[in-house]
Amino acid sequence: MKSVCIWGAAVLIVALAHASRQVQGAASKGATIESANAEAGKRLFMKSGCYQCHGTVGQGALLTGPRLAPDPLPLEAFLFYIRKPTGQMPPYTQKVLSDRELSDIHAFLESIAQPPSAKSLTILK
Amino acid sequence: MGYRKLPLDRRDFLKAAVGGAATVASGPAARALTSPEPASAPSSEIEALTTDRPGSDFMVDVLKSLGFDFVCANPGSSFRGLHESVINYGANQNPELITCCHEESAVAMAHGYAKIEGKPLCVFAHGTVGLQHAAMAIYNAYCDRVPVYIILGNTIDATMRRPGAEWSHSVQDAGAMVRDYVKWDDLPISLQHFAESAVRAYKIAMTPPMMPVLIVADSELQENPIQNAANLHIPKLTLPQPPVGDSGAVSETARLLVQAENPVIIVDHSARTQAGMEQIVELADLLQAPVVDQFGRMNFPSRHPLNQSANARTLISSADVILGLELSDYWGTVHSFKDQLHRTSHTLTKPGAKLISIGVADLYLKSNYQDFQRAPEVDVAIAADAEATLPSLCEAIKRQTTASRKALFAERGAKLASARQTDLDSARTEATYAWDASPISVARMCAELWEQIKSEDWSLVSYIRHSSWWPLRLWSFEKYYQFIGGSGGYGMGYNAPGSLGAALANRKHGRLTVNIQDDGDLLYAPGIMWTAAHHRIPILNIMHNNRAYHEELMHVQRMANRHERGVDRAKIGTVIDDPPVDFAKMGQSMGLYAEGPISNPNELGPAIRRAIAAVKRGEPAIVDVITQPR
Repeated sequence: MKSVCIWGAAVLIVALAHASRQVQGAASKGATIESANAEAGKRLFMKSGCYQCHGTVGQGALLTGPRLAPDPLPLEAFLFYIRKPTGQMPPYTQKVLSDRELSDIHAFLESIAQPPSAKSLTILK
Repeated sequence: MGYRKLPLDRRDFLKAAVGGAATVASGPAARALTSPEPASAPSSEIEALTTDRPGSDFMVDVLKSLGFDFVCANPGSSFRGLHESVINYGANQNPELITCCHEESAVAMAHGYAKIEGKPLCVFAHGTVGLQHAAMAIYNAYCDRVPVYIILGNTIDATMRRPGAEWSHSVQDAGAMVRDYVKWDDLPISLQHFAESAVRAYKIAMTPPMMPVLIVADSELQENPIQNAANLHIPKLTLPQPPVGDSGAVSETARLLVQAENPVIIVDHSARTQAGMEQIVELADLLQAPVVDQFGRMNFPSRHPLNQSANARTLISSADVILGLELSDYWGTVHSFKDQLHRTSHTLTKPGAKLISIGVADLYLKSNYQDFQRAPEVDVAIAADAEATLPSLCEAIKRQTTASRKALFAERGAKLASARQTDLDSARTEATYAWDASPISVARMCAELWEQIKSEDWSLVSYIRHSSWWPLRLWSFEKYYQFIGGSGGYGMGYNAPGSLGAALANRKHGRLTVNIQDDGDLLYAPGIMWTAAHHRIPILNIMHNNRAYHEELMHVQRMANRHERGVDRAKIGTVIDDPPVDFAKMGQSMGLYAEGPISNPNELGPAIRRAIAAVKRGEPAIVDVITQPR
């Protein structure tokens, strides 16, 4: 299933975009879970195994999981997809991670800074 | 071949009453009796203790006739005769014996070597236990369609076995254990039989689909003196031309491709030489058709405007004609499969799309091991070697291409070139994420490595799926030896010895061999580093040290999520971080130049530069990089 592995990440990206559209209305109202804690989110991101597929700063990897940060999906889309992923990602149910914990993880992802531009990095030219 | 017929056999006793003194006829046999008669020997019999022309010498002549440069082996008593003949009678040249610390390493070295050099390397394996050690590596080579030439020691005559270990290491049907995943094996019972089977085995291994072969060398046949020298003959080796596709089917394929609006060429184990790679380029250029590379071999230049591997799914979904060249999994190429609680799949192709396959997979298939994947439904199946068939396909396309089609092709090519540039820019941008992270991002590691090697004549010999294909996304690959695919059977433990075998082949060409090495893979048989140092095989090992069997970690996590039990215990049995392995110290202990562990990305470039200086001095080197998972 070489091709499927290669394209697992692409499927996920499409699915995330779909999830984002589905909750566009809610997101536009700026719905958030109050007092999300980025530090706690960082610990959860590691403890819950998010980094295994998406990297320790959410940078993503071609075959395992798409980039999550910087500029993560709106919280509602994020929650929607994690509960019912449509691609290869395993589901994280309420029993595994609460909404509050997910909001902390989301806060961590929001705290991640933009990377340097490719043009500014000599060895990437 | 002038083989002297000697009067003595180690089973024989000379019946000569000589009054207790050990005297024999003059000539070669005189050297046989230079030590006192054993106290236990009957006084009327004199045991022959030496011979200067054992059967194994003839076996070495056979191996020399086949052009083997090296023989890889972990020593074993069942081939002690051959071992001694290689190093003394054969002067340890062509083949030269390479000391391996594990039979799996010996076979994997042969696997990697063949993919660079285009010919097999010989492996000696000890009876039973040696072959058991070698088995997984043989399976990998079988799945990867790579020729490996194995000679297996065994003692067939039960009355000649030494009590104890030799019985444990002897077997009734030695080849049975691996017969499901070698292309051919034989048990010669005479030296002439050995010569004929050995030449036949080489020919079979080198005929596409190429695969491992195995010849049993009976210990008695190795160690007994040559008895019938005048009659021994080494057959001439003539390799067959690879099978070329039927001309009618090739013409039909050309017609479909020329008429297609959205053709796609998919390549996998397609090219095995520079010429083969150039043929694929010519095919793509003629049609201005996109090429999707599945990286079984170095098939297509990574920065070629028609290299559209990053857009595979879109192209396959919109294609009206798909040409698959030596695909290891055609079904998986044109289907999507979801690994959730209920496994599902669906086709990616649009209705009416024509699927064409050219490959040798239809020419040889075995039953038991399931590496052949799910059966694809294709419209044209050409059972032939793709590399050998491409010249006639290109000619047929030229004949059928009209000026109006050429204009359309050019238009298509311009769009694809633009898309390729976008992909390259996109990859560079993606590489910036986690640029300064520690553990070091795999993209950063690969970018730093590229900066140091891009001006060299380099050869990346490791499989880089676990490195998220970053080298293929960032580097410029143009030569067939710059990438050789993976293990074939996904058997862990291949990469380190496979890479060293490739480095052994690269050594005489003066290429800088680069291996991005997973930590879990190296831990299977780390003695391969000693082999590198002992034989002065230059290789740059860059550790992708994520301190885990990461693929399995993700699988266990998947199960834990599915069962709603949390994932925090998924590390049990899957991570290698307590204690963390210090690969630099491990490498140093075996004689490698070593750097690391390095977790600061800014320290990586200079460390790689220093390691390359060591490799250029002819040394193997290792740089231990603490990395992100993927």
